[in-house]
Amino acid sequence: MQFLFRYANPAMFMRLSGAVLPYAAALTVLALAVGLFMGFSAPPDYQQGLTVLIMFIHVPAATAAMSIYGAIAVCSLLSLVWRHPLSDTAARAAAPLGAVFTALGLVTGSLWGKPMWGTYWVWDARLTSFLLLLFLYLGYMALWSAIEDETRAGRAAAVLALVGAVNIPIIKFSVDWWNTLHQGESIMSGKLDPVYLWPLLTMMAGYMLLFVTLWLIRIRTAIVTRRATTLMQRAA
Amino acid sequence: MSAFLVLLWRDVKLATRSGGGAALALCFFALVATLVPLGIGADLKLLARVAGGILWVGAVLAALLSLDRLFQGDYDDGSLELIALAPLPLELTSLAKIVAHWLSTGLPLTIMSPLLALLFNLSPDAIPVLVLSLLMGTPAVSAIGAIGAALTVSLRGGGLILPLIILPLLSPAVIFGAGAVAAGLDGFSPAGALGLLGAFSLAAVLLSPFAAAASVRLNLSG
Repeated sequence: MQFLFRYANPAMFMRLSGAVLPYAAALTVLALAVGLFMGFSAPPDYQQGLTVLIMFIHVPAATAAMSIYGAIAVCSLLSLVWRHPLSDTAARAAAPLGAVFTALGLVTGSLWGKPMWGTYWVWDARLTSFLLLLFLYLGYMALWSAIEDETRAGRAAAVLALVGAVNIPIIKFSVDWWNTLHQGESIMSGKLDPVYLWPLLTMMAGYMLLFVTLWLIRIRTAIVTRRATTLMQRAA
Repeated sequence: MSAFLVLLWRDVKLATRSGGGAALALCFFALVATLVPLGIGADLKLLARVAGGILWVGAVLAALLSLDRLFQGDYDDGSLELIALAPLPLELTSLAKIVAHWLSTGLPLTIMSPLLALLFNLSPDAIPVLVLSLLMGTPAVSAIGAIGAALTVSLRGGGLILPLIILPLLSPAVIFGAGAVAAGLDGFSPAGALGLLGAFSLAAVLLSPFAAAASVRLNLSG
């Protein structure tokens, strides 16, 4: 843990993240460009036709949205147990990104659903649990902005994030129990042809890199903003 | 233990006496049940079909109505700090408040539900299932709601964001509760849904006091 905290010191973090950021940004552009090129040069599916291409921007958004909630939960645990202020900042910075990825997953999913299922929205298990995930993100962000005192807001948001993290598998299970129409998972089970698998994996890497890049920028902005506020308060 | 019971009894009295909000929740529940047929039409077959879901959603919303007061009143007049200093662990205090909220809201709503179910033409076989599901599920609403109430206790507009943070967490209760009624209507055994609902409720009641106590603590310190 000591090792982690050395890099979590704000000054150290600014230096390290400043050095990593250009590479992360360049890798993001590269992965997304290669992924999109590979994706669009993939042959149309015999059943779904060209709409299969939506998968390349839909599935990575969904994976990213879930991973980001996981990242927030880990940051929240660090914040509650070790009281480290940077983990609060990191958790807060990740939330709007997660919400946007969730929304992106929902929108692309419904655009795919129109030609495939015949409607923009079906009350299918995975769509519904994603809609609930979006509300969890919105509630989390609302709690953050509702409490003025930042330390207190951070701890309250951390408790909420952990309660949500415990609840998400239960919500997922209950919604699955309720209704399932969405196709099952096909990456790990090897049902996906390599011609689709590789672009998909590249796009997933691209989305995660995009998240990491934006996350670092947001954390850095938050640190600099706090510094500026402190300086202004001192000057006043 | 006696401190626990004293606190429990005090909160039940506060909730049921004038200005407490327990009766308001019941009126709200009845009103929601009245507005739904006005909105979707008086077709009795349709109403019987949606009764389980509507009454479950109505009960959850009605229980939410009085949730923001769970810790707020004690926080505002300072007694929450004294309660927190008392030898009774804050986890048990939270549990007492959860039980008190259930006794003053969840239980009356459950008792009232068969009457509303009759208005919705729910088949007589499904009514006991509805009552049983509410009896088993509403403790989860009080328990998870207590976490939200504790998190937002220091906020002026806490009542506004409480539903936003609590309702997504309550979706399993609605799914299993209304699912049990639907299973009963379709002639299947509701035991599976009720079992899952019971498990969810039990876990919520057991774990929520810890999260609620942690939330109260962070709002009292600093």
